[in-house]
Amino acid sequence: MADGFQEITTLTKEDFTSDQMVKWCPGCGDHAILSSFLKVLPELGVRKQDVVVVSGIGCSSRFPYYVKTYGFHGIHGRAAPLASGIKITNPDLHVWMITGDGDSLAIGGNHFIHLLRRNLDINVMLFNNKIYGLTKGQYSPTTPAGKKTKTSPQGTIEHPFNVGELAIGAQGTFFARTVDNNPKMMGEIMLEAGRHKGTSLIEILQNCVIFFNNVHADVASKETKDENQLFLRHGEPMIFGKENDKGIILRGTNLEVVKIGDHGITEKDLLVHDKYQRDPGIHVMLAKMAPPVFPIVLGVIRSVTDFTFESKMEQIIQYEIETSLIKTVDDLLNSGKTWEI
Amino acid sequence: MTTKRHKVVELENVVVRFAGDSGDGMQLTGTLFSEAAAVAGNDFATFPDYPAEIRAPQGTVSGVSGFQIHFGHKEIFTSGDLADVLVAMNPAPLKKNLMWVKKGGTIIVDTETFNDKSLEKAGYNENPLTDGSLTEYNVIKAPISSLTKKSCEDLGLDSKMILKSRNMFALGIMFFVFNREFSSADEYFEKKFRANPLIIESNKRILRAGYNFADTIEALSSITYKVEPAKLSKGKYRNITGNIATAWGLLAASEKSGRKLFLGSYPITPATEILQELSIHKSLGAKVLQAEDEIAGIVSSIGASFAGAFAVTSTSGPGLSLKTEAIGLAVMTELPIVIVDVQRAGPSTGMPTKSEQSDLLQALFGRNGEAPVVVLAASSSSNCFYYAYEAGKIAMEHMTPVILLTDGYIANGSEVFRIPKMADLPPINPPIVEAEDLIYRPYLRNPEKLNRSWAIPGTLGLRHRIGGLEKENISGNVSHDPENHQLMCELRAEKVRRVANYIEPQTIFGPKSGDLLVVSWGSTYGVMIEAVKEMQDAGKKVSLAHFHYINPLPNNTEEIFGRFKKIIVPELNLGQFVLYLRMNFQKFRFYQYNKIQGLPFMVMELVDKFNEILEEE
Repeated sequence: MADGFQEITTLTKEDFTSDQMVKWCPGCGDHAILSSFLKVLPELGVRKQDVVVVSGIGCSSRFPYYVKTYGFHGIHGRAAPLASGIKITNPDLHVWMITGDGDSLAIGGNHFIHLLRRNLDINVMLFNNKIYGLTKGQYSPTTPAGKKTKTSPQGTIEHPFNVGELAIGAQGTFFARTVDNNPKMMGEIMLEAGRHKGTSLIEILQNCVIFFNNVHADVASKETKDENQLFLRHGEPMIFGKENDKGIILRGTNLEVVKIGDHGITEKDLLVHDKYQRDPGIHVMLAKMAPPVFPIVLGVIRSVTDFTFESKMEQIIQYEIETSLIKTVDDLLNSGKTWEI
Repeated sequence: MTTKRHKVVELENVVVRFAGDSGDGMQLTGTLFSEAAAVAGNDFATFPDYPAEIRAPQGTVSGVSGFQIHFGHKEIFTSGDLADVLVAMNPAPLKKNLMWVKKGGTIIVDTETFNDKSLEKAGYNENPLTDGSLTEYNVIKAPISSLTKKSCEDLGLDSKMILKSRNMFALGIMFFVFNREFSSADEYFEKKFRANPLIIESNKRILRAGYNFADTIEALSSITYKVEPAKLSKGKYRNITGNIATAWGLLAASEKSGRKLFLGSYPITPATEILQELSIHKSLGAKVLQAEDEIAGIVSSIGASFAGAFAVTSTSGPGLSLKTEAIGLAVMTELPIVIVDVQRAGPSTGMPTKSEQSDLLQALFGRNGEAPVVVLAASSSSNCFYYAYEAGKIAMEHMTPVILLTDGYIANGSEVFRIPKMADLPPINPPIVEAEDLIYRPYLRNPEKLNRSWAIPGTLGLRHRIGGLEKENISGNVSHDPENHQLMCELRAEKVRRVANYIEPQTIFGPKSGDLLVVSWGSTYGVMIEAVKEMQDAGKKVSLAHFHYINPLPNNTEEIFGRFKKIIVPELNLGQFVLYLRMNFQKFRFYQYNKIQGLPFMVMELVDKFNEILEEE
């Protein structure tokens, strides 16, 4: 495998850049996500022929065409079972699933929760722009309540999903959140997701310039990000704000924003992030934090280890191969009650 | 067994039906009786007939569970029309099954269950054993319950427990009547109840008590029957149901092709057994995903196929509807996949445990766009093995989805299966691309078959992207070019059409030409053969063309049709195959005969219909 090793260590972004013309709208957040992803792939330490990029339908799902790997652009909502079949068949493959808020939370909602529950070692990037872009502007399961869209001219009358809450509720072992205008953060999180054993879900707050421009402006614009973003790091206190003077504490059973220095509060009083905490309680609370009361939480919110579907499957198969008397189909055909004539 | 028999009558073939409450163990009784028939060297076919409910209200007609076996000295093709012998454990099974007993046939009942309460539950106003309604039958009134209890009274078991084995008393009676050996049933008890010697003993005793009871009853002991061994060709045999045969045929195709089996599937009656069976055989490398729904079942299989597995999904009609869009994806990506549809009576939920041939048009045409797939249909429980294998071979060698149609009748029914040797099965050579093949292009085609090649992730030098968007010819890049789309639609259709160059020509049972050609497909094969044989024995010029290859049809189909004066297409639907034949062969006139009751055809109704058509001017 010396060749393989050499091959991996010398890979660059260009090794994964496809020759297809990228057809997303100018200014779409997807461009930045693609660029970060292409930079991360060589850093993952996997052979280029072992990477598979899978998607469903939607703007985000054009992604596989723009990455020079094995790729499969599926049908609407079905990226999760497509990726599952690939991973179960060959657990050595490094599978990335690209999806959106419509693809995975509406039409593919069922597959999405079951992928998380099975904890297959698949990396999922969910581009959340809170709108249907490819069909030109209908509301999605994450569109804020009351928002006027082409199919909700009087405002939506549905309660939106919070991606993190849903994913952790479905027993997801890894959940992270990032924004499309912060390439450094995206790269860091993609790398950690790629290395996590189990289903890694990254929610990327992505801007649709055409149908929901500035959808994330309250947390992602130059003016708002310092006051409205909290980037979590494991083992560190939860501090945010332009002056790094605000923090999060747990009072009773609720989270609360405090100002360091007020009422004698010091850094020591702040919550310290523990992404490995098995109990999902605090992780869900963090995932649900949002302006105007709270900053939005970015970074790796949850990362716990548990067995993966495909590794258990391989174990069982190995055990059966070693212990079963049926080694071939001829053995099977001749097993049980038979008679000669 | 020292008793002297008055008379032993030899029979060509016999139909026996066991019927009881759904908890009475009728399926087991039937299975043990089948095994004894196997030991005696008979050919046989069986069919279980059970309610859709797991434990329908006890004692009612809706809760009746039945098991029919047709065994014989001659070759057996079906589980039989009407029963020569009915064993009815209670009044309800008698009520439900009387219409399936030949006039003059024998009915054995447990008289002790014919009390007011159970008669009322079964919907009888009068006791049929005493009201004279059964005078046309030979009714054997057996006190099965009390004799069962008596045979084990010194074993210290509670009587409720003992009565659970009442079915073995009935089996014992049948063993006497048909001169069967105890050995296979005893073996079963010893294996099944290994941990509990007392239960082994009680079952053996009850079986023998039934046997001895029959010996002492004049009506039974005066004549017993012998069915000589069938003239089956030399070899090793087993009993097999269609679902098990399908699962094993898929495993055989996996082993032969060197591609590990992947099944993505969701439980659905009557196909679930395929999912269960393949879940067992992980020692053969089979990977099974019990998916969250029918769609995930097929889509995970498409993913598995992309990754290089021999991928399969199994379902029934409603599930096939849900898989529709994904089958289109497999058509577009030209990946091999087998979709097994064990048909049941529809539409919608329909009658899940009843059989029908009504998914044919859905299999052929039920997709958006021009989306041709190969469609095969198995015709018996045992040949499900061969057509599952063939479905795998065609899918992998021609890089196409293949739909294999079976149905509840052959899937749950069983018959004698001559065990094949893997070495005798034809090779399967999938067009797998070697690493760093410089000529490889995702949609470059084999010039003869027109299939593309299989480039498997993990292989160096073959990275490529596919998906549901239209592909540019050869390169496989996304294309909306008008002429390219026409070309690709035609190529996909022609690829499927050319499968006809690689299959066996259509065969005919009977003379090559004549007055009437019966054209059928799927599970009706057995009953068609019997009906056509009967016509031929009566001197009629009737032949049978039974189709296993539905799309494409064999190349010699038209030529065969042209050699007969009349053609009739009997089907268990309202005329789906006949519609397809009319579309493809417009110069012929096709008669049709359709039945859609959730029940198989009967030989006599077919013979009547064939005669009617022959006589028509």
